[in-house]
Amino acid sequence: MSDRYSQIVNSFPGKLVAGRVGLPQPTELDRHTPGAPVVAGRVLLGAAPGGRLAEPLARVISDAGAEASTTPESSLRDAAASAGLDAALFDPENGGDQRFKALVFDATGVEDSTQLVELQRFFHPTVRKLERSGRVVVLGTPAFGCDDAREATAQRALEGFTRSLGKEVGRGSTVQLVYVSPGGEGELDSTLRFLLSPRSAYVSGQVVRIGPGVTKPPKLDWERPLDGKVALVTGASRGIGEAIATTLHRDGAKLVLLDVPALSSDLDAVAKRLDADTIEIDITEEGAPAAIADKLAGGVDIVVHNAGVTRDRTIAKMPEERWSGLMEINLSSEERINDVLLERGLLRDNGRIVCVSSMSGIAGNSGQTNYATSKAGVIGMVEALAPTLAERALTINAVAPGFIETQMTGQMPIAIREAGRRMNSMSQGGLPVDVAETIAWLASPASTGVNGIVVRVCGQSLLGA
Amino acid sequence: MNTTTRRVAVVGGNRIPFARSNSAYSKASNQDMLTAALDGLIARYSLDGEQLGEVAGGAVLKHSRDRDLTRESVLGTRLAPETPAYDVQQACGTGLEAAILVANKIALGQIDSGIACGVDTTSDAPIALNEDLREILLEANREKSTAGRLRQLAKVRPGHIVPAIPRNEEPRTGKSMGEHCAIMATEWGVGREEQDELTARSHHNLAAAYERGFMDDLVDPFLGLERDQNLRPDSSTEKLAKLKPVFGGENGTMTAGNSTPLSDGASSVLLASEEWAKERDLPILAYFSEGQTAAVDHVHKREGLLMAPAYAMPRMLDRAGLTLQDFDFYEIHEAFAAQVLCTLRAWEDPVFCKERLGLDAPLGSIDRDKLNVNGGSLAAGHPFAATGGRIVASLAKALHEQGSGRGVISICAAAGQGVVAVLESAGGSK
Repeated sequence: MSDRYSQIVNSFPGKLVAGRVGLPQPTELDRHTPGAPVVAGRVLLGAAPGGRLAEPLARVISDAGAEASTTPESSLRDAAASAGLDAALFDPENGGDQRFKALVFDATGVEDSTQLVELQRFFHPTVRKLERSGRVVVLGTPAFGCDDAREATAQRALEGFTRSLGKEVGRGSTVQLVYVSPGGEGELDSTLRFLLSPRSAYVSGQVVRIGPGVTKPPKLDWERPLDGKVALVTGASRGIGEAIATTLHRDGAKLVLLDVPALSSDLDAVAKRLDADTIEIDITEEGAPAAIADKLAGGVDIVVHNAGVTRDRTIAKMPEERWSGLMEINLSSEERINDVLLERGLLRDNGRIVCVSSMSGIAGNSGQTNYATSKAGVIGMVEALAPTLAERALTINAVAPGFIETQMTGQMPIAIREAGRRMNSMSQGGLPVDVAETIAWLASPASTGVNGIVVRVCGQSLLGA
Repeated sequence: MNTTTRRVAVVGGNRIPFARSNSAYSKASNQDMLTAALDGLIARYSLDGEQLGEVAGGAVLKHSRDRDLTRESVLGTRLAPETPAYDVQQACGTGLEAAILVANKIALGQIDSGIACGVDTTSDAPIALNEDLREILLEANREKSTAGRLRQLAKVRPGHIVPAIPRNEEPRTGKSMGEHCAIMATEWGVGREEQDELTARSHHNLAAAYERGFMDDLVDPFLGLERDQNLRPDSSTEKLAKLKPVFGGENGTMTAGNSTPLSDGASSVLLASEEWAKERDLPILAYFSEGQTAAVDHVHKREGLLMAPAYAMPRMLDRAGLTLQDFDFYEIHEAFAAQVLCTLRAWEDPVFCKERLGLDAPLGSIDRDKLNVNGGSLAAGHPFAATGGRIVASLAKALHEQGSGRGVISICAAAGQGVVAVLESAGGSK
């Protein structure tokens, strides 16, 4: 799991050489530590004229306890004042050497392509003031929330901007676009906190959609947002699954960890460490969904479908059982478990289903027709179930990890491994905790406005972008 | 017990022209200059032999020998030697704070008349013994025997000749006042051009005040100077634009032009009860009606060092039942053009006014044509403790000329403090 290249180029002589010859220079990414502030630095809030999110954004920034500045426009100063945000004023013309950990730009005021220049006006003088592991969040309105074709065109254009900026900022910084539907203005908290914090270390170039909540977001202890919640995590004995369990436990959840009997000793070790219950079962068995439901008879708040395998072979060489075995584990069993839990009404109000898809499911990958099919199917399941679940005050979302440093990637041939690690905006692989933090955000009781989306945890990989 | 207060009259003021550091007054001591300013006031208002209620004043940079600077200065004037005096020191707020102290005693009836004054020299600066040498000498003094004293004195080294020079930096931040103000300028987005405009206007206004004779009964010549030495009547934004930044790094906006220079000078103001003034047939230029001091935490909360007047103002306005727009004259001390502009911007800013000042709405903008109409510190210079007296006298006279209205004073001071005050025309407010 050690990324020796990163260690070398981050040493003094390594830095010197890598800089001269133009090698990728991965920055050591900031990551969350318990008790740390949401943003370890100052947030600059800007807006295109006529936007509707300045005040809700100011309120989130204020609640998060972040130091903040706004550009001098009176609408922003008024918004900050009414949101109770003690924001300093930042005039890019006379800004001196002020630096920022995060740049937040409300682009909802852009109603025509000619107004997209507001992006240039805000970011041109400020982007160089972004600190290492900085955060950029641009907010817009999704097409269906726009009044006319001109506005929808301009708002869709934002995506080209954020995805490009993500490739420009470098130094471990991330750039996201958040589309907020009309009615979703009060649902920004959990998403903004995640995207502005080091928890989103390996998430960049993403488009997040926030809508009206499936229910009212509850008041939270942001240090322990999952207090009192029961979470089922499948495939929890190792790697990403173990990281998910650890993170949800940190956030206060009571865990039920599931894995196959063959991994029981690993599972027990994790369960002991996290004071969790366990289910040892092969989820593809006929009676498995019912058995799991029996174990969760008291109700469950969060279901994380993480269990998954690869059975790589080109389709020409793929025997049916290799296809079917994988599809059972990665997709069909998830569908059956969901069905049983929903039929029995075991998912409590404001419950969450979070699935683990994959970059392969988006981009496709040679030798992985079976795997990519199953992971694209997971996305299909998320999209298909989201409206139905919303009616029951539940949400379903997915994460799609890119190159994550695990035992599995550690065993890859070096050329493929290095390509995977470097071919993204961070020039490095992600860590299991990066996936886990993303799941924790989607699983948060405050993420009521996030439903039916897929968020890649891939450092803005070049693949499938 | 006294439950009533009286109106406090500003009878008039006198000061000596302010000089640039190490220039016309380089050999004059604080006591020399303060005595001169007081003597001018005494002559102007026929106070020869008069026993006043008190004289309060001070200096920011003070020699250790000037223990009772104000009292010693009084003894050198033609006031009755029975006039009590005491020293006040609140950095650049000294002069105005002294006026508030004297005014309050008059208002309470404890005294009937008094002088508030201030003086400073950056030329005849108090240079002290090297701190290590001082310790050795004190140790030697504590020794009982000659041998012991010699043992201590043997510790003296050639390096001990280097003296301790007064430092122009905040003890708790290590930054100079200019560096602090440069941070504020950045925080409030104050640009170079607007600072230079304010500076040019300060010079033009002071020059015009001298030209029309406004300064004739406010300033007495001293040591060959008739006008403030820093005044440049032909100052312009074009000329000021050529100056290099001195604070805030290469891209800083603060220059030697739009910052006050180190200066030498002294000022004084005569305050009295109405009865006392009338008995002596002395004029009443204005009433000293309100005063307020505030301080900010520039160390831990990192509020701008010179932002305290912004906090003092709404407290005073609230008590007086006034708004920021209720004034005919605004006298905002121009320590740096940027300080004035930051203060005005803060009062206009909804966030600052709500979050820091706890107000429902911003204090709002002022009419810039009413700002420092007879010049400010950028033109006149700024001998720290003398600035308050300069402004009180000049504002009182402006109100007297107009015959009505109200003026407000705002002065920032080192260590995160600020003093504000209101003067009202003796002709009654509009």
